[in-house]
Amino acid sequence: MTTVAEPEIGRARRRKEDHRLITGQTRWTDNITLPGMLHLAILRSPYAHARITRIDVSAARTQPNVVAAFTGADLDNQGTLACAWPVTEDMVAPTYLPMAVDEVRHVGEPVAVVVARDKASAVDALEAIEVEYEPLPVVLDMEAALQPGSPLVHASAGTNKCYHWVFDSAEAGTGGSVADAEAEVTIRRRYVQQRLIPAFMEPRSVIVDPSGGEWTVYSATQIPHIVRFLLAATTGTPEHKIRVIAPDVGGGFGGKLAVTPEEWIAFAVSTKVGRPVKYTETRSESLLSAHHGRDVIQDITLTARRDGTVTGLHVKLIANMGAYLGIVTPGVPLLGAFMYNAIYKIPAYRFECTGVFTNTAKTDAYRGAGRPEATYAIERVMDELAAELNLDPIEVRRRNWIRHEEFPYTTVAGLVYDSGNYEAATEKALALFGYNELRAEQAARRAAGDPVQLGIGISTYTEMCGLAPSRTLGALRYGAGGWESVSIRVLPTGKVEVISGSTPHGQGHDTAWSQIVADQLGVPFEDVTVLHGDTRVAVKGMDTYGSRSLAVGGVAMVQAAERVREKARRVAAHLLECSADDLEWRDGAFRVKGNPDQAKTIPEIALAVFAAHDLPDGVEPSLDAEATYDPSAFSYPHGTHLCAVEVDTETGRVTIRKYVCVDDVGKVINPLIVEGQIHGGVAQGIAQALYEEAVYDESGNLVTGSFAEYLLPSAADLPSIVADRTETPATTHPLGVKGVGEAGTIAATPAVVNAVVDALRPRGVTDIPMPLTPERVWRAANGGDAGAGQNAGGAA
Amino acid sequence: MARVNLVVDGTRYVDEVPPRLLLVQYLREHLGKVGTVIGCDTGNCGACTVLYAAPDGRAQAVKSCSMLAVQADGGEVTTVEGLAAADGTLHPVQRAFHEHHALQCGFCTPGMIVAAVDLLRENPNPTPEEIREGLSGNLCRCTGYENIVRAVTAAAAATNGTAAAAATNGTAAAANGSGAAAPSAPSQAAPVEPAPTTEVAA
Repeated sequence: MTTVAEPEIGRARRRKEDHRLITGQTRWTDNITLPGMLHLAILRSPYAHARITRIDVSAARTQPNVVAAFTGADLDNQGTLACAWPVTEDMVAPTYLPMAVDEVRHVGEPVAVVVARDKASAVDALEAIEVEYEPLPVVLDMEAALQPGSPLVHASAGTNKCYHWVFDSAEAGTGGSVADAEAEVTIRRRYVQQRLIPAFMEPRSVIVDPSGGEWTVYSATQIPHIVRFLLAATTGTPEHKIRVIAPDVGGGFGGKLAVTPEEWIAFAVSTKVGRPVKYTETRSESLLSAHHGRDVIQDITLTARRDGTVTGLHVKLIANMGAYLGIVTPGVPLLGAFMYNAIYKIPAYRFECTGVFTNTAKTDAYRGAGRPEATYAIERVMDELAAELNLDPIEVRRRNWIRHEEFPYTTVAGLVYDSGNYEAATEKALALFGYNELRAEQAARRAAGDPVQLGIGISTYTEMCGLAPSRTLGALRYGAGGWESVSIRVLPTGKVEVISGSTPHGQGHDTAWSQIVADQLGVPFEDVTVLHGDTRVAVKGMDTYGSRSLAVGGVAMVQAAERVREKARRVAAHLLECSADDLEWRDGAFRVKGNPDQAKTIPEIALAVFAAHDLPDGVEPSLDAEATYDPSAFSYPHGTHLCAVEVDTETGRVTIRKYVCVDDVGKVINPLIVEGQIHGGVAQGIAQALYEEAVYDESGNLVTGSFAEYLLPSAADLPSIVADRTETPATTHPLGVKGVGEAGTIAATPAVVNAVVDALRPRGVTDIPMPLTPERVWRAANGGDAGAGQNAGGAA
Repeated sequence: MARVNLVVDGTRYVDEVPPRLLLVQYLREHLGKVGTVIGCDTGNCGACTVLYAAPDGRAQAVKSCSMLAVQADGGEVTTVEGLAAADGTLHPVQRAFHEHHALQCGFCTPGMIVAAVDLLRENPNPTPEEIREGLSGNLCRCTGYENIVRAVTAAAAATNGTAAAAATNGTAAAANGSGAAAPSAPSQAAPVEPAPTTEVAA
């Protein structure tokens, strides 16, 4: 009789996923070859806005090894790409064809496709395609796009304004009116969230196999279930004939939370040619045409009293949709709408957002999706308030944050934060950081006029994740729900299959889910296998994004496990010839109370159920169970990040001296995985502050079109990250966990920028636009206009 | 077409290939060695890194996207698939990556591991700064590199047989900071499968 020695939950288990990943046996989509498979190459528009006046693929069709070539008009079965989030009733939702027919609206938009025996022949044949374009006026600047007389991205819409969305605490009844807020001090700032590119390391790849009257779609996607549903809904293909499989997926960060033109084109083409077809993008194609992130102008007005208590917050956003709407494009800023008030007790709050079309690649979810933008704005203006009032920036936060004993707390945005302990996280972070010593060093360098100045930046954040209560999504007009589904099957030999509706792409679900179920069912960690990503295996799911898989899927998993135990209990009682009430579940088995050696484990019960020779009446021969959990609330992790930078005022170079973070993600299942998520999230947040920016030139060409220009940081560009935790469990579900996937990114960017501004504040610097390139920092430090610095990509 | 005759992961291959075929494409498409991957098209990301020894030279890390298959004629290539021993025993760098959670999605991992193997051959006892510089040609989007640096430090210690090296190498311990778990040197007799009961105090 096996008993499990110690709980799995909380153990730093090494990952089950690793072995195939470290030996080169990973199952990437691009590795897959099928008999008869053909390869696609896509011709993309070189113009940001143009009418296609003539397109002729006939010469391409006769190139060596070419089987077929199609224009958008040829693909009459291509369907459309849906936006799942019409944020307002009057939102402009333009028709979005996977392959353009009459008009192109951003550089990189597909206009033709070649199908060939091998990829090189397909790419070569693109050169034989003849296209004539009539260029149309291009609009790239958001504010210009909203002016009357601006060129229109979608002429039929009559406007570039996609939507306007407002939340007002006075109107909602959750607070006062910002207009009436006491304003002894007013801080007004404009911040620009520069356009970023998710830049997952695995380029996107899709294979569609149309054989046998069914369509099997292999895709490097975060959302196989949603892709399946929308392929059916938008192409008229019966849903039960479509199977979508996400094999191993190499990173997503929201960038693979998408229904892509390439998937839809491959789907249409495979039907036309009747053979499997594969499309794998190059990195240049990926940077150009996979969706981008952020790209928002923020106008922030914060009012406060002289003692530092905040009285009101007014946020006005202009958000760049790009040329089309992706699956959640218009909703991304709204996910941040409820987070500008952050950890603070702000009594009046108003948020307005205007979405606008431009001739650029569409924006959509990217790690944090709305919440990094919100955290950046509030954490920057809190530092500005501190500077204005000559208060320590930590003290200003302390005077405004929700105190530990005040939870659960209903915010001015109408959300109920279940739990948190900002004091504990901050104290721990300050101690690890050596705050007082660094302030002393800063003072010394200032006094000495040292050309290398020291700056300290803080970011205290919370975020709303664990997407999401379905009713709330409905109220926000999002098209789908936020539940998650898990099935558990106990095999006759006692091994366990966990069928999870989540779709991991690096998060270690195989390992963490095994830990949870091992504890729940008293089976060894090694005896659990986790299945996911295949809609024929994991039939029901809402996939992985928004830091939801553990906070929502984990609860479904525990509920399913409890149902397995309930079924097992009745059988155990029968086998042990006692009543179910005489049994307790302890140390991995059902044990007779007072006689613990009289016991049955789940594996023993599973074998008995399989044989079904002696089951109690009314009990079916199955222990398997399923649960679908719809969360009652969002998940609210929080933390305190501290960053010390050295700023060389003679070169503009910024070096991060120290980066410390203390994050509270509630109960921790696997501390290694949690810490890894924080490290990776912080790296992306630092990268937004210092390195990354997607830049278009005045014609709408993407200047940062390769990794030579779009600066992903390497190990040499990032500091060592000191990460620690506090643990304040969630109270809205029994598991106590909170989401972690996006928290690091949400926190880090303002910590870094606050630090650089802090270093240069004695020189009169109050802001530097991101990314803080050496040129921009140097100009700011030397009395120039930081905003005059060149864009990171080098274009003026 | 051009003829190539080369050894890859211990096996000799003879092929006719288009002159323009990249070494990484040859590995993936002609040899089925899909363990080596393509992450970019400008030689920046390093995901395609393999070890290459020219006929008269010693093995060095190369980005196989920046080399033609024909250039490898007569040489010897080692990919991530050729690092473990014939009986499946993992290379110390592979083992260290697993032990220290130095991978998440795993896409950059083959190139990162091979680059780290090469780094340690040139510099058997690198500081964290030297590791970061030495791996600056390999991009990772998931890990933030923190655990990769820990893993390479630990692999160095294991390879040098000095279990205390990681602790006594002052810069390594200091750079990791007080709040982070210190890496423990993996045992010399680590099994092929991940050790299920090993854990690090968080």
